[in-house]
Amino acid sequence: MRFGKRPILQNLKGELRGRAIGLLGPNGAGKTTLIHTLLGFHPPSSGTAHIFGRDITTDAKHIRALVGYMPERDSFIAKMSAVHFVRLMAELSGLPSDAALERAHEALFYVGLGEARYRSLDTYSLGMKQLAKLAQAIVHGPRLIFLDEPTNGLDPPARARMIRLVREIRDSGKAHIVLSSHLLRDVEECCEEILILKDGRLAVYCNLEEERKANRKFLMLETRGDQHKFAAAIGALGCEYALTGETRVKVVLQDGVEVRDLYRIAAQQDIQIRRLSYKRDSLEDIFLKAMENGHGGL
Amino acid sequence: MAVYEQTYKQYLGKLTPEWSRFLIIPRHAFRDVFKSKLFTAFFIVCFAPLLVEAILIYLHHNVNALALLRINVRELIPIDAYFFQTFVNLQASFAFFVTLLIGPPLVARDLRNNALPLYLCRPFSRTEYVLGKMSVLLILLSAITWIPQLLLFCFQAYLGGAGWFVDNLWIASAIFIGSVVWILLLALLSQVVSALVKWRVVASGALLGIFFIPSVFGEVVNQLFVTRWGNIISLGALMNNVSAGLFGTFVRTTGHMTDFDGNVAREIVMNEPPLWASWFALGLICMICLALLSRKVKAYEVVK
Repeated sequence: MRFGKRPILQNLKGELRGRAIGLLGPNGAGKTTLIHTLLGFHPPSSGTAHIFGRDITTDAKHIRALVGYMPERDSFIAKMSAVHFVRLMAELSGLPSDAALERAHEALFYVGLGEARYRSLDTYSLGMKQLAKLAQAIVHGPRLIFLDEPTNGLDPPARARMIRLVREIRDSGKAHIVLSSHLLRDVEECCEEILILKDGRLAVYCNLEEERKANRKFLMLETRGDQHKFAAAIGALGCEYALTGETRVKVVLQDGVEVRDLYRIAAQQDIQIRRLSYKRDSLEDIFLKAMENGHGGL
Repeated sequence: MAVYEQTYKQYLGKLTPEWSRFLIIPRHAFRDVFKSKLFTAFFIVCFAPLLVEAILIYLHHNVNALALLRINVRELIPIDAYFFQTFVNLQASFAFFVTLLIGPPLVARDLRNNALPLYLCRPFSRTEYVLGKMSVLLILLSAITWIPQLLLFCFQAYLGGAGWFVDNLWIASAIFIGSVVWILLLALLSQVVSALVKWRVVASGALLGIFFIPSVFGEVVNQLFVTRWGNIISLGALMNNVSAGLFGTFVRTTGHMTDFDGNVAREIVMNEPPLWASWFALGLICMICLALLSRKVKAYEVVK
């Protein structure tokens, strides 16, 4: 994908199958452009993609009938009540007028705007506008929903509500979700899989749960004393280790090595172990690793 | 996703035919347009000349009414091509003012509120969007131009008899083509202005400017170079020529002038641009409008 001579997305290859996929990346990584390209807003300069087996370059209209999109920026039609707006969006998706009106009411109740549905969108707060955008994205019951920064500008209760709705939709099993965000917590709470973009390239695509399971549990030790000698002794036991600060040592225990062995070595080396805890890589670790390492594959 | 269930549910019912979806836009737009009492009143006023036209046609064929009003039929304007052309032109000016009132915000409002991605992320193309927005004007303007004019033509044909109808059938086509060309031009120009200028008042001003500034400039060219070719950039003059061509009232030579070069007198004949040139200029304007709309009506503008 290029804008003029500037490459925005490149070498993206793979297959996404998850029910809820988090699209992560720093600002300008190409998350929104990827969504726009999949929606057919920007024609790819080379290559193509398929959604539910349909080509985005030749079958965009059919694809758009199957997807819902919640844009990042404020997007609405002025001088309309929420129910009128959502109904119009449903009709544009192909629903007959009566069904569209019925579904507009339902969608607005579902997102929690039931009582405010006859109010003009111009009078809505930012949080309410976000919910109205979600309502228009789901009113026609799409099979795939693109959510671009859905929690942008929301206060904590509104954010929690949005996250709960996204999780509910995911758990209903009736729609796939692609959630683009730079907020790791949102993605961690809603998504099963993550796709991390860096400079328009694929940095990581993984199943979050599997990745967590696959990540070996490691021990984080906080020590006092000559930790280099201590680390060397741990290495001699065949364990992987990393010094992560002046007093911290990260250790992956090998089979046959137990915590008491570490205490024994510490005693021999005259090292104090002040703290010891089991840890796994968090999404933040995965993200930071992806940012450092660069490009991964599917 | 029933209200009482509060769960996410897919829609499995029947869908509307794709070809008809562009009509959703005018349906929703009319609600908004006719909320304004001022506009509704003006729209009703637009039918006043048609009422006069109908009365004139009726009087022509009603001896009793003429006797009652003590009018000689010869004092009335004859019902011919010129009669219909006059009223078509009159309705065209009303159509222009209707366009000024409702055309500018149509696309501008969506652009200002970033609504285009919401339209275009659905099974709804850019062409359908433009067609839908243009339909708002096309339907309203048709209602005050060619539709009532053709009904009045039929009324005259009913009163005038089959002979009149057969002899003057070409007038019906002139009414239809002339009006459609004018409302298409108005709809396209207002959409372009609306897409380029996001503020309603400025857009209305720009639309007025598009019609009047080139006319003034064209007239200056006409006066300076002693010609009528300046009319080629005047939308009003172009439409007048096209309309006159359709109604068979087009006169190529519209002025004579005697120029003295020393002692030698020279007769200058001022000819209007030929009809084909007027049609060509209108076609060119429409093509430019479509090209501009194609550039501006996008889900997101790409900064290269």
